[in-house]
Amino acid sequence: MSQTTLTQQDHLVTAPNSLEGLVSDWSTDQEVFKKVQWGKAMMWIFLLSDTFIFSCFLTSYMTVRASTTVPWPNPSEVFALTLFGQNVPLILIAIMTFVLISSSGTMAMAVNFGYRRNRKMTAALMYATALLGLMFVSMQAFEWTKLISEGARPWANPWGAPQFGATFFMITGFHGLHVTIGVIYLTIIATRVLNGVYDRNGKYEVVEIAGLYWHFVDLVWVFIFAFFYLW
Amino acid sequence: MSYSTIAEDTRPLHHPKTWVGKYVWSQDHKVIALQYTITAVSVGLVALVLSGLMRLQLGFPGMIQFITPEAYYQFVTMHGMIMVIYLLTALLLGGFGNYMIPLMIGARDMVFPYVNMLSFWVYLLSVIVLMASFFVPGGPTGAGWTLYPPQAITAGTPGATWGIILMLASLAIFIVAFTMGGLNYVTTVLQARTRGMTLMRMPCTVWGIFVATILGLLAFPALLVAAVMMMLDRLIGTSFFMPSIISMGEPLAHSGGSPILFQHLFWFFGHPEVYIVALPAFGIVSDLISTHARKNIFGYRMMVWAIIIIGGLSFVVWAHHMYVSGMNPYFGFFFATSTLIIAVPTAIKVYNWILTLWRGDIHLRVPMLFAIGFIFTFIHGGLTGLFLGNVSVDVPLSDTYFVVGHFHMVMGVSPILVVFGAIYHWYPKITGRMWNKMLGQLHFWITFIGVYLIYLPMHYLGLLGVPRRYYEMGDTDFVPASAQWANEAITVAALTVGVAQLIFFYNLIHSYFKGPKADPNPWGATSLEWQTPQTPPVHGNWGPTLPTVYRWAYDYSVPGAAQDFIPQNVPPEDMAQDHETRGPAVVEE
Repeated sequence: MSQTTLTQQDHLVTAPNSLEGLVSDWSTDQEVFKKVQWGKAMMWIFLLSDTFIFSCFLTSYMTVRASTTVPWPNPSEVFALTLFGQNVPLILIAIMTFVLISSSGTMAMAVNFGYRRNRKMTAALMYATALLGLMFVSMQAFEWTKLISEGARPWANPWGAPQFGATFFMITGFHGLHVTIGVIYLTIIATRVLNGVYDRNGKYEVVEIAGLYWHFVDLVWVFIFAFFYLW
Repeated sequence: MSYSTIAEDTRPLHHPKTWVGKYVWSQDHKVIALQYTITAVSVGLVALVLSGLMRLQLGFPGMIQFITPEAYYQFVTMHGMIMVIYLLTALLLGGFGNYMIPLMIGARDMVFPYVNMLSFWVYLLSVIVLMASFFVPGGPTGAGWTLYPPQAITAGTPGATWGIILMLASLAIFIVAFTMGGLNYVTTVLQARTRGMTLMRMPCTVWGIFVATILGLLAFPALLVAAVMMMLDRLIGTSFFMPSIISMGEPLAHSGGSPILFQHLFWFFGHPEVYIVALPAFGIVSDLISTHARKNIFGYRMMVWAIIIIGGLSFVVWAHHMYVSGMNPYFGFFFATSTLIIAVPTAIKVYNWILTLWRGDIHLRVPMLFAIGFIFTFIHGGLTGLFLGNVSVDVPLSDTYFVVGHFHMVMGVSPILVVFGAIYHWYPKITGRMWNKMLGQLHFWITFIGVYLIYLPMHYLGLLGVPRRYYEMGDTDFVPASAQWANEAITVAALTVGVAQLIFFYNLIHSYFKGPKADPNPWGATSLEWQTPQTPPVHGNWGPTLPTVYRWAYDYSVPGAAQDFIPQNVPPEDMAQDHETRGPAVVEE
């Protein structure tokens, strides 16, 4: 199989650079996305489907927020921490966002090292990514614990509309689930990289596929952050 | 730029040795397709029996003691949900999609056979969870197949304790199963076609299933989200869909939720769902008509683009199911417009089917009878759809039997006729045996005439103002006595059609064991699934090398050709020595 020796340079050489290339790819036989692994194409399509799930969650959240009869709690006050005697709004979320965005950086580097067939660096960066993801989930657990101890519940909360707690726990919970799955997924793939599985079968694109999922989870967080915490 | 694709990888497939590996935990797309089909048809028979019980109550109120009002609503709900999702969606995509896609595009299997196998087993789990709701305290949910809150989860609705929970869980599981299958179908069509098989050489069947699968992958998320939120409302006490409400004299703990939000989510799934069922049927019927009329499908490119355009438009029409829901009235204008625009590509398809028949060499074999029957019922249901798409006409008709008649005609009967036609069409390839012609024709005529006897009077009842969803009419002034006669006649017709399906099952099962051996290509069809080296096709489909495609799927009655069909893998004479030629392919038309 010739694509097992695929490198990024091959991509650059053969990549169509015009609308003509797009049309010719879609009008030829065999493959629409030339030399793209089946798993990679499938992951892209899955992420498109998952995008619709998160879009529906966020749209529903906006709808209930707009239509609720009780005022919506102020996120800046609810999500504030008291540090060194100072009340700092959104500080925990800022740190969580920073951690997650950083993990995208390490993941991108892992993919790069994967294409260079650098087994150890790839595995190390993937473990680092998983660790950052784990930090994110841990901070989220801390955030949930704090809110619950202050009286927030999915069916009620001390600050205003009951839909606040409902949407908060549902959406961050669903995203947290994605991150948790991602951490497990990355750990498994990183371990296989370290064991040299992909050096033997040549399928280093598995690293990139895992990366696609991870970047997606990060991107979704940006939207949750913007719509839930900043609005 | 020449390279060998993954599909051309010559490593041998993993052939299972044991009976269990071949037929139970099978990763062969053809076995999975049959597993899907048998499961879907079995659960569909349950829904058919439920509809018979409903008709008995409507035609002869009170005749059967155990059909209480609660039971009636449970039957309505389960009938609708099973037919739409667990029968039609699973059969057309899980069944026909699985069987036809790899064979028609010249692949050995789906791209991820293991995921494909999981898809079926998870689907089976969703069916088991759904069926379990018949045996829990309170029985299955009686919320209506649309499951509208708040009534779906408030006390007083049948099955509000356990039935609704199992229904929502089953839907969520089904969506997981569909996603695993759907990702496979889409990736297979995009990335695993054989040499020479361009997108614009694919048979319409593959196009219909392909676009329908994309719709499913983008529409089922809305249902999943709605199911999760309603589950939270029911189990944890959130108020996504629940406003402040007094139930049985007691205020409930909910407040501030939006029932309309559920309807938007449900129909954002629900309308594309109509086309998830319809588009594969459109595709299959195009191929049946073309094959049995010995003529190329009229306007192939237009047919393909119509499928794509219908698919796209189906995402912007959902609120035409909600004209009477209390949403902002200005929405009605937008959604009525977009709904009527869909009639344009749909009409193109209907005209092209008829123009394909025009001056064709029509063979009125059983599959063709069902295909032509489909054109009738689909035009019928489509035209009443134009009535209901307009807000001012829909408002008085919305809660009447007119709607029941309309959507059973367009979404129930039409796809089912295609399913019958398709089963008769491909049965010889799938089993290697031929069914009985007499029984097939008998099945067609009883079914076709029967569905008109069932659904035409319903339109009349609807125009009289007879409301749907009612357990019995009682003494209602504006409903004349003749309406009850019509109801009795409908019930008799419905039971007759229901029982007549036994002919179909007898024919299939008897022919499987005793039928005459079938020709590998009994209809003289061009598409690849008829050109397999073995009939029925074996695991791996194609033997050592994949077929090469040289032409579109519709070379029927080509002037000067030896036969009245040229299979897709027959090379043109001048290219016979040069099988390796494969530049950007040109579609001969």
